[in-house]
Amino acid sequence: MSARVSLFVTCVVDQVFPNVGMAMAGVLERLGYAVDFPEAQTCCGQPAFNSGYREDARRVARHFLDVFEGADYIVAASGSCTSMVSHHFAELFPHDPVLRARAEAMAPKTFEFSSFLTEVAQAEDFGARFDQVVTYHDSCHALRDLKIKEGPRRLLRGVAGLELREMDAAEECCGFGGTFSVKFPGVSGGMARTKIESILKTGASTVVSIDSSCLMQLQGAISRAGLPVRTMHLAEVLASR
Amino acid sequence: MPTAFNEKISQTLGNQKLQLALYAGTGRLVEHRKHAVAEERLPEYQELRSHANALKKHTIEHLDHYLEQLEANVQAHGGQVIWCRDAAEVSDFVLDLAKRRQARLIVKSKSMTTEEIDLNERLEHHGLEAVETDLGEYIIQLRGERPYHIVAPALHLTRYDVADIFQEKLGIPNETVIEKQTMIARSVLREKFLAADIGITGANFLIADSGAVVLVENEGNARLTTTAPKIHIAVAGIEKIIPRAQDLGVFLKLLGRSATGQPLTVYTSFLSGARREGEIDGPDEFYLVLLDNGRTKLLADPDKRESLYCIRCGACLNICPVYRKIGGHSFPWIYSGPIGAIITPQFLGIQHTPALPFASSLCGACAEVCPVKIDIPKVLLDLRAGVKEGPGKAKSDWLERLGFHAFAWLMCHPKAYALMGRFSRLAPLLNIGPLRAWRSQRDLPAMPAKSFRQLWKERG
Repeated sequence: MSARVSLFVTCVVDQVFPNVGMAMAGVLERLGYAVDFPEAQTCCGQPAFNSGYREDARRVARHFLDVFEGADYIVAASGSCTSMVSHHFAELFPHDPVLRARAEAMAPKTFEFSSFLTEVAQAEDFGARFDQVVTYHDSCHALRDLKIKEGPRRLLRGVAGLELREMDAAEECCGFGGTFSVKFPGVSGGMARTKIESILKTGASTVVSIDSSCLMQLQGAISRAGLPVRTMHLAEVLASR
Repeated sequence: MPTAFNEKISQTLGNQKLQLALYAGTGRLVEHRKHAVAEERLPEYQELRSHANALKKHTIEHLDHYLEQLEANVQAHGGQVIWCRDAAEVSDFVLDLAKRRQARLIVKSKSMTTEEIDLNERLEHHGLEAVETDLGEYIIQLRGERPYHIVAPALHLTRYDVADIFQEKLGIPNETVIEKQTMIARSVLREKFLAADIGITGANFLIADSGAVVLVENEGNARLTTTAPKIHIAVAGIEKIIPRAQDLGVFLKLLGRSATGQPLTVYTSFLSGARREGEIDGPDEFYLVLLDNGRTKLLADPDKRESLYCIRCGACLNICPVYRKIGGHSFPWIYSGPIGAIITPQFLGIQHTPALPFASSLCGACAEVCPVKIDIPKVLLDLRAGVKEGPGKAKSDWLERLGFHAFAWLMCHPKAYALMGRFSRLAPLLNIGPLRAWRSQRDLPAMPAKSFRQLWKERG
């Protein structure tokens, strides 16, 4: 197998959680993919789009389309950013048939990391070992826009030594919501604490997600409360030995 | 950002007792709904939602046709249709009718539409007595409050709160048993029903092909409101219409289940006009008030008019993690939760509530439970774009606007972005603007020494 995969690590992973990107590249390479990192990549533009600045979002989306135009597969480290590309890019160009067509062509080859593993690579065994009790947080856009629910759980169950425990509020939002987290900090923080209560009830040592922004939110609130729980991206778990 | 909104949010967040009541109350409704629409109980649930959406879409796009048909059919049953542009026109009509009939006492069954137009206050201002007869509504009327929730108006109150207000307003000391509280309200309200001159209800559905008003409820008070007094007035938004009686089943299967988890509510009343020759009950006169109050403004906008599909089940409030924190009274208008966040700015004008569409994490849980499939997050995003890029965009947003322009520029210039990334490692040293807001609740992540792109380059 020598199919080529272009990583879209996202701006959050690039700047704040680089190990997630490295882990993702490692897992894909072990499966035999030729992994490249188009260096001109930056962000998907979602922060501007969600904040009402469509013109700014369009600019960033156009840049993304230029950078990834030639890719066979684009594999992203986030459900939310994947949804931006595959669900919202086309909406951004209602009056521009050329850009709209380019956005529509990019949608089907853009995959969130876990769904690339389950749907395209159809891989089961990553040789991963993680001796911890883990609970999985469904990130909203992965769950509701991309319909990702079982895939990441199946991948986690395949990890040697890992015990997966479901929390009651798995599908409840962590409260991040991009600029919402700083426009309504009290509400956002309250949502994180509600989520964390549910995580704690499982007795898990680690909460896993496929979106680093959710994990940044949860980790920030966990750390503030001084709780003994850590957050990990799925890629990091699958890369554990 | 308007401080009144933020202030109410802070108050609610800071009230521990209220937080518990709110989370538990909505949580129960979420569980009941989930149980009621589960695959094994309602296998056709998703088809029903699609069907309901298609029916609403069709009706809203042909509203003029169905409204005329409805009017003709109501008139054929001896009823009258009163077209009202706004709140004042409704109260003028009711006041004039009350004057002509020498009516003083009005009983009301729960209606968000009449709350929307402050009907009680308008009538009381002119010396009429308007009494809410739904238990929850009665309690909040005694407290001088607005409904906390579209379906459960007293969701925020405990039985101890009810005991307090019964003591204060009815002089009944310290009754905290819910069943006994219900009996107290019942005995007070029975007298009101018997003495009332006019009954005012809302309408859950208006059926064009039969001219009928459909009311769903659990307490029987709406049925009494429509039959005990000599005059029945139903006040409904023009969007409540559905084409045919045979379409009603789709909505009835969804409404009770989505609202409270009931397959059907205890009472479903089909009212087609006043009492006719040979009938033993029903009012002498029937009026259907059809209210616009901003609704036709939405009709013009094909991107957002799906907001008019709402059947007011409240499911989006219960599931909404934001509503569950900030509650109903934080919202600037009578409609709260996700549906309130999309219809309030559209009915009242976005300039009155510019912050509201932003009070959402866009988690999408609302759209997932909406029985008529309103894409609430999409409408929120459209409204946000309207606030920031529309004709009335606020000058006070200049700094944020500049920030996003800079963001977009940076994201289109990878070298500058990479350079900026190196400086961002210093972010934890700063405590301004968004960083400060973040830190008010959470710690910042430890910034890594190197970005991914640096690590990737070094790996070779």
